[in-house]
Parts: sequence; structure tokens; C-alpha cells
Amino acid sequence: MVDVAFQPNRVAGAKSARKRSSLKTALKRKSTAAFLMTLPLILLITILVLYPAIYSLHLATLNKSMQRFIGLGNFEFLFKRDTFWLVVKQSCIFAITAVVFKALIGFIVAHFVHNIPAKGQRKWRGMLLVPWVIPPAMSTLAWLWLFDPSYSAFNYTLSFFGIGPIPWTGDANWARFSVILVNIWYGAPFFMIMYLASLKSVPDQLYEAAAIDGANWWQRIWYVTLPMMRNIIAITTLFSLIVTFANFDIVRILTAGGPLDHTHIFATWAFRIGIEGSDIPLGASVSLFIVPILAVAAIFILRDVNKRGNEA
Amino acid sequence: MASTAIINKAAPTRAVKYGSMSRDRKWALRWSYFFLTLFAIFSLVKPLYMLITSLKSSAEISAATNPWWVFHPTLENYIGLLTSNQFLRFFWNSALVSIFVVTITMLISVPAAFALARMRFWGSATLATGVFLTYLIPDSLLFIPLFKMFAVFGDWTGIQLINRWYVLLIIYPTLTVPFCTWIMIGYFASIPKELDEAAIIDGASWFQTLTRIFIPVALPGLIAATIFAFTVSWAQFLYPLVFTTSNDQLVLPVGIITSLIKGDVFNWGQIMTGALLGAAPPLIIYAFLMDYYIAGLTAGATKG
Repeated sequence: MVDVAFQPNRVAGAKSARKRSSLKTALKRKSTAAFLMTLPLILLITILVLYPAIYSLHLATLNKSMQRFIGLGNFEFLFKRDTFWLVVKQSCIFAITAVVFKALIGFIVAHFVHNIPAKGQRKWRGMLLVPWVIPPAMSTLAWLWLFDPSYSAFNYTLSFFGIGPIPWTGDANWARFSVILVNIWYGAPFFMIMYLASLKSVPDQLYEAAAIDGANWWQRIWYVTLPMMRNIIAITTLFSLIVTFANFDIVRILTAGGPLDHTHIFATWAFRIGIEGSDIPLGASVSLFIVPILAVAAIFILRDVNKRGNEA
Repeated sequence: MASTAIINKAAPTRAVKYGSMSRDRKWALRWSYFFLTLFAIFSLVKPLYMLITSLKSSAEISAATNPWWVFHPTLENYIGLLTSNQFLRFFWNSALVSIFVVTITMLISVPAAFALARMRFWGSATLATGVFLTYLIPDSLLFIPLFKMFAVFGDWTGIQLINRWYVLLIIYPTLTVPFCTWIMIGYFASIPKELDEAAIIDGASWFQTLTRIFIPVALPGLIAATIFAFTVSWAQFLYPLVFTTSNDQLVLPVGIITSLIKGDVFNWGQIMTGALLGAAPPLIIYAFLMDYYIAGLTAGATKG
């Protein structure tokens, strides 16, 4: 429609092209204007996102002083190191556990918020989203203080129940638990908000129909809610999986990878090697291991976009 | 209409038939409130604890009394931080960076979103998808190549960008622009075509259509995108940690962590005060503009 409305203008522009400067006409054309409007975006994405992404592939093939091409040497070196496999394991444990619990808690809490009268929902939602609003670096500091070995407020509270002091960040397994706990605390509200939004979009008639058919609460969730929320669940989980897999702030501040590299994930280890240890090529190779999860996400999203295109 | 009438008629009869429904509902409600309270405690304990600790003197903290209560509330931590030039410098840097980044983001993403939503041109659909995919590329993948790029750039041109706060103005838009463009595309696409057709028939140029029609109509989306850009640039931790090191160039999150933690000595009262002050701007924005905040949050996924 817009194109049609614009046609006469364009023809007129072409006619008067010889009279006025052709630059002016070119600027008036729709595609030129559109191109100019998107140019900053294209430049930004190309120079600061795509180029660095490809550049990191190049960096990963250089030796430490970045003067010699060593092919896959960095990766060979990584595969031989135990720490690397520890990081791979920890990254997977961290991301998968955290995302599963975030999704579960988000789903449950969203249901509870959806259950109560609409009047009070805003208030509860507001309170429950607070962890997501506080910058993660700041809130992780507060967690670090709660986990402090000698003044831990958690241990103080637990001591009343006769549970001995827990080395929250001192012991490898407890440290793993702690970073995951902090990540769940930070990320669950995001799931809650997403699921709440999609719960509200499920038409009430469906639940009424299910109730008439004698469905119990479990069947209502399984046959009505979950199928209706499938898209949101998939997108949110995928998105969160990427973010959690690439997480940096929480692990860096809480444990800095310790004790003995047991809580390092790809991002923090890449930082340790690449920036602190100034072995940029090796650091780049480590951070490249975030790409597979990205690729999976990209495939899913592209498939979804194509499907939408066919429907439209 | 007919279907709603039937449902309305059906609802009361069912409620009468199963008298226990209302009792079940009441119990479900009670359980809901119980668990919601539990989760609210879980999520609010942290900010409250930050507040409690920030009101304590270091003597009280090291005395290891009940950590959940302040016996001698004092503002000395706040006074100490708010009169320290260093902390004010961090705050100022953070504010400056965030405001500039928001401006840059809006200047880039609004026209781009307008072009992608309304003017179909060669490759526009691919570009829109590409924008969303770019948003998924995390900072932890890009920080090493970007660091090297800026180092090489400094060697070539002699313009030193590393360890200057304004380098963040170049880098942060990679985080904010794709998402803001994406949600603005969504908002712009939801505006009826008749509106801009009317504007064009009245002789408005594309630019006027954007400023007079699209921006006013999509203002809620614009506010949501602005809030997003602000919170992201305020909270970003990895890039400033990599790119800035000297004390006068640091932004708040990094500044608190590197300057207030000195070796093994943790001045927790001050750290918590700093963290709370650092968390304050996003929290204040959230308190006043919660609906926009949530709209921006959910727009990303529901429109994706």
C-alpha cells in the first residue's frame, strides 16, 4: 500500500532528475532512505559484532605471541589439559541445572501469581522481579557477604537448627552449589514474568472446557497450559541457556573460578587466560566453545522465523 | 457473542452443582499466598540484607552479633562513600556512560527499526533476523577479540582507546542496539498502515512520518527500549573490567569491586552501601516505570 502511494512521487522524481541534482533524487527514493536509516545499524553489527566474531576465529589459530600460525594447536593444547575438561563439565552442569531450576521455579511461581485475585498481582509481581532488576554484579556482592566464611548470615541462621558451618565458597561442591543458587535467584524472576505473560494469554474458555470434561489440575496443566505455552517456554529456555552458558559476573565475583578452578566456566576461564594471563589466542579459543550452543539456538530461531514467514 | 452468553449461563450452574469448588479455590488461594510469601522472602532477603549491613558500623559487623538486625544504626558508610571523590567519580562515569549509550542506542535503533518495519527493501527481512541473532551473541564471546581489536587500532592510529571510559560508548551499543531495534520493530509493525499512508498523502516526508506519527504512537515501546538500554549499560560488568583499569576511568560495578576490596580486607559495610547505591538507579526506575519495564522484557520473547 505504501509503495503504491509512493509510486507517483518516484516517477516524478525520475522525470525531474535532469533538472535537479541526481543526489537529491536518490535521497528521496525509498530504498535509499531506508538504506541510510539502517546504515549505522549495519556498520555497528559488521564492525563490532561480526568482525570480532570472525577475528576471534583467526586469533584462536595463533601462538601466544600472536606471530605464528599454529592451526589447531591451541585446541590440541586445551584438550590435553585437565582444567579444560573440568571447565567443560562445570559449564554444562552450571548452565543446565540453573536453567532447569529457573524454568521450574518460574513456572510454579507464575502459576501462583496467576492464581491470586488480579488486584494483588501487580504488587507480588513487583516484589518478585526485584532480583532481576538489581545489577548482577551488585547483588552477587551481597551473596558473597552472605557466604562470608566467618560472618556468614546463612551459617548464623543455620546454626540454630544445629547445622554446622557450611563452607559456601570454600569447598568445591558447595561452591558449585552456591554459584548455581545465585544464578537461579537472579534468573528465575525473568522466567516468572515470561510465563505469567503467556499464562494470561491462554483463553479461559479452554480451562472451562477442560473442567467440563472433568480434567483435574494436572491434566489441565499438561493438556491445556503447556501446549499453549510451548513457544514461550522454548524461546525463554533457549535464551536463558545462552545467557547462563555465557555467564560471567556471578562466577567471577563469587568464586573467581576457585577453589582450584572447580567453578570456572568458559567465560571466566577465558578471562583468566586471555586478559589476566595475557595469552589472547588461548583465551579466544576457550571463549569459542560458547559458539555451539549459539549455533543450536540460531538454527531453532531461524526455523521458527521461516515457519512464521509461511504463515503470514 | 453467542459463545460467551452460553459460557456465562453455564458457569453459575456448575458452581452450584459442585459446592466444593469454592472451598477448593479458597485452599488453593491460601497455598498460593503461602508460597508467594516464601518466594518473596527468597528474592527480597538480599536487598534487605544489603540495607541492614549498610547501616552497620564496621565495629558492629566484626562483633558478629545477630547479622539480621542493626543494633546501632549509623549512616557513616553512606557519608563516607558520598564524600569520597573516588566513589563519586565512579558514579559520575557510570551516569555519563549510561546516558550517552542510551542516546546513541536510540539514534541508531529507532530509524533502523522504522526502516525495517515499514520500508521493504532488498535484504530487509534478512537484516531483521540478523539483528535478533546478533542480540544472542554474548559479551563473553566478543570481549577478547574486541580487546585485541582496540589494542591494534591504538597501535595503528595512535588513538589510545583502551583504559578510557569513552571506549565503553563504542562497545555498549553492541549489547543494546540489537535488542532495542528488535522491540522497536515489533512496536512499529503494530501501528496500523493507514496512519502512515494518511501522513504520506498529506505530503509528509519519511522523516516527518517517523517523528510526527511513529515516535508519538510507539512511545511506550520507546520508553521500554530506553529503560532496557539504561539498565544494560548500568549493569554491564565484563566490558568495563576488561577495557578500563585506572581508578579514574572505572564505572560503578567494577569500581566498587576493585577499589573497596583491598586485598583480604573486606570493608563489608562500605561494600554493601556501594552496592546498594549502585543498584539504586535501576531500582528507582523500576519502581516508577514497572509496567514499561515488564513490557520491554516480555516484548523480546513474545514478539520473537
